[in-house]
Amino acid sequence: MKAEQLGLGLTAQEIATVRKSLGREPNETEWSIIDAEWSEHSSYKSSRGLLKLFPTTGKRVVLGPGYDAGVVDVGDGYVVTLHIESHNHPSAVDPYGGASTGIGGVLRDILSVASRPIALVDILRFGLIDKSGHSRWLLKNVVRGIADYGNCVGVATVAGEIEFDDSFERNCLVDVACVGLGKKGDLILGEAKAPGDVLVLIGGSTGRDGIKGATFASKNLKEDAGSERSSVQVPDPFMKKLLLDSLLEIVANRGDIRGMKDLGGGGLSTALSEVASKGGTGVDVELKRVRLREDDMSPTEIMTSESQERMLLVLPSGPGSGKDVIPVLEKYGVPYSVIGKVTSSPRLVLRWDGKVVADLLASLVTDAPLIDWPYKKPATPRISPRPAVPADEPPLRDALLALLSSPNIASKRWVYQQYDHEVGLRTVVKPGQADAAVMRLPNGRFIAIKGDGNSRHSSLDPYEGAAGCVAEACRNVVAVGAEPIALVDHLQSGDPSDPEVYWAFRENLRGMADYCKAFGLPVVGGKVSFYNEDSATGRAIKPSPIALVVGLASKESGLRTMAFKRAGDAIVVVGETRPEMAGSELSARFPKSITVPSQSPHVDAQEDLKTCRAILQLIEKGLVDAVHDCSGGGLGVALAEMAISGSLGAKVDLALAPSSCSRSLETAFSESHGRFVVSGRDGAAIASSLRGAGVPHAVVGKVGGSSLSLSAGGPLVASVPVSSMRKKWEGAIPELMD
Amino acid sequence: MRVAVIRFPGSNCDLDMMAALRTIKGIEPVLVWHEDGGLGGSDYGAVILPGGFSFADRLRAGAIAANSPAMARVKRLAERGVPVLGVCNGFQILVESGLLPGALLRNSTLRFVCEWTHVRVENTRTPFTSGLREGQVLSMPIAHGEGRFFLQHAELARLEKEGLVAFRYCDASGRPTAGSNPTGTLHNIAGVCNAEGNVVGLMPHPERAAEALLSILGRPDGSLVLSSLMVRSEGRWGA
Repeated sequence: MKAEQLGLGLTAQEIATVRKSLGREPNETEWSIIDAEWSEHSSYKSSRGLLKLFPTTGKRVVLGPGYDAGVVDVGDGYVVTLHIESHNHPSAVDPYGGASTGIGGVLRDILSVASRPIALVDILRFGLIDKSGHSRWLLKNVVRGIADYGNCVGVATVAGEIEFDDSFERNCLVDVACVGLGKKGDLILGEAKAPGDVLVLIGGSTGRDGIKGATFASKNLKEDAGSERSSVQVPDPFMKKLLLDSLLEIVANRGDIRGMKDLGGGGLSTALSEVASKGGTGVDVELKRVRLREDDMSPTEIMTSESQERMLLVLPSGPGSGKDVIPVLEKYGVPYSVIGKVTSSPRLVLRWDGKVVADLLASLVTDAPLIDWPYKKPATPRISPRPAVPADEPPLRDALLALLSSPNIASKRWVYQQYDHEVGLRTVVKPGQADAAVMRLPNGRFIAIKGDGNSRHSSLDPYEGAAGCVAEACRNVVAVGAEPIALVDHLQSGDPSDPEVYWAFRENLRGMADYCKAFGLPVVGGKVSFYNEDSATGRAIKPSPIALVVGLASKESGLRTMAFKRAGDAIVVVGETRPEMAGSELSARFPKSITVPSQSPHVDAQEDLKTCRAILQLIEKGLVDAVHDCSGGGLGVALAEMAISGSLGAKVDLALAPSSCSRSLETAFSESHGRFVVSGRDGAAIASSLRGAGVPHAVVGKVGGSSLSLSAGGPLVASVPVSSMRKKWEGAIPELMD
Repeated sequence: MRVAVIRFPGSNCDLDMMAALRTIKGIEPVLVWHEDGGLGGSDYGAVILPGGFSFADRLRAGAIAANSPAMARVKRLAERGVPVLGVCNGFQILVESGLLPGALLRNSTLRFVCEWTHVRVENTRTPFTSGLREGQVLSMPIAHGEGRFFLQHAELARLEKEGLVAFRYCDASGRPTAGSNPTGTLHNIAGVCNAEGNVVGLMPHPERAAEALLSILGRPDGSLVLSSLMVRSEGRWGA
């Protein structure tokens, strides 16, 4: 059959390229393999060129982008591994199955490099749950999908972030990241280097679920998205648990596995072509040996199935081959089959009963031609003009309570309570206690983990907004007392053939890359997801870059949480507040309270680096007991959260905070970057240390009482009991969801 | 004392339990794969069934493990008076295998819940509570979807009368209030024991609260449950 009749995702130009390079018309199986591997999802053809802007090296980087997981040295022979994935399209269609298999996929990536998954992080985006029943349905089932899978497999889900915005109403975003722990000497790569080695497919059987899932993920969602359910894979966390336990046992026993690769997007097509291409070899595979769930599957279906819970192992050949591997698989009841061997000719040769059904250069399959999309800065300003005088300014107290009960800011306890965040005996700082989760490592050190994004800022100013996502994640990791050491990113936007969408994507990427360079933070992996767009309405999501940052802390005494610790402690605001109200939570809840000129927050990596160092210094000197990043909802919300968390009130004069705002509402709720709120016994000592570091700061008040009392250079402007704030903050999401 | 920790396919708190037991002086934990023999002899001073999702909780939580050959051996040991502890999924297995009364139903919220709870010690005549005081309040986390203890009214009354409730959810001051009941479990029951006292099941995870570093209150309360095994006691278990 001709390519044009196969319903491929390839463009006419790509089809011509394949024909020219091959010198013949590929058959259906070959077209399907190329289609899967050349999909945006697998090939990064619209982003690969630009991703080179990211700094990817550093003293701790063992393995950067291009592998199943980034690998970072955390000392004493231990490494931490990182990977991020999204399962946006599948979750929009089948939230439970889509989210579950997203977790399944990212766990496999961490396992692929022979590390043990120890923490899951979920960054989720939905429509407005206070307005949309569909979005509540998505949230409920995505969370249940993550919980059922992660809890069953026994990997703690320790951190995350959720944002609600109308642009995600039909395209929810489900980003899942996993952190693993391993030993540097045990790492295994997804490479087949030695001809003669044996290819063994283990785990779940191959079925018709998820066929062409990578192609599905690389186009816009259709109106009748429900009809694409067979493109969503079926999760089996129990098989994943057996895979994990058996492979980690083999690794611990130093079993001879030469290479390992998970089967994710693109299934066997991707796994086989990538191990061959990375290893500089070829493969010769008999598809009849693949264990099938349905026995009438064709070679094309087998090659493009994305059935879950499968891994490809490269084992040595000859007598005794697999003797330290196969018995362990059998003990755990993990099925396996030898499907072929590694060859010296760099080709992907697939057979059906011995007869060749596909014969392609591995490099042709893996090296999709790059696409350089045209891009254009939108001509119209994205910020709609507002009057110079606010039309309607809410009282500070009303604004604070409204923000605390906004689902974007309210406590996410309803969500994280459904996740087992304790399994593994590593979670030292737990969800809800601080700005990042902290896990202990076997060498006595600690890692801090947090993922952040801000789609409103990233759409208003794609460059600064994306840089701000990295800035916020770094601040969150610093707030618990850790030094940021590595990042994985996820860039998500609409259809790249739209020049304005592609412009925003480029700006997102540049913003993140520049910030990482200035901050000295290596990017060790990442993911790109395009086509998050509803083809019925033509609406794209707001560009949604995500930064997941891991930090390292050396001792227990250097860890901090956000709760106010004792009455009488001085409260210090670090960093300058500017009237940067555009895209703020206040502007979303009270649009009439915003004036012109209203900017979205500016980011200064050099200034942030100085501030973050100053905060780590305060912690190191033991001067501060509570540290909280200041982001969504600004100073007002940061103070409220510290009070709620510590069940202690505070008295604060906002006018004392370093600020260029003219109105107290702006000082209270601006979302300027580079700020922290800290508290400690000795305000003067804290101030003196910050002065030495050259960071703007001010002692603004004291911890104490049972209310948060705010003034602005005069009498009290708001006094809110901590219990009232807690009721709003903790009650908002359960009220909507239960 | 050698303590067997049984690992079923799908157990996920087995290694955590091993690590917690290793912190207790005098206890030598041994990880036993469910298909391995070795439980038949009397070389284990106690058996622990850890939490997780044994056999993926297919059919019902704990149902398949309860009918495994390993559990047949555990039953024989229990009958001889060997201390047996089931935590979370282990508790579900003990209930399913008939070693403990009652059933563990889906939480009243119909959701999995992971949070730190307070539990009050109700019965100190078991090998896992002998080192504790009656009325003592412990801080330990739960993490389960099916932990609502249920028993018919008359049987529940008998269970209470015979003092077979081992742990009860309570508030920080030890009162078993409705607000401190995370799952809708009857009478705030978090753990029970058999009539002989040697078999104990509880939903909270002592192994997750065995170190001050991991405990939200900075107290290693869970280790007191596990180290009770080393406390000489007047209990009725064993000989």
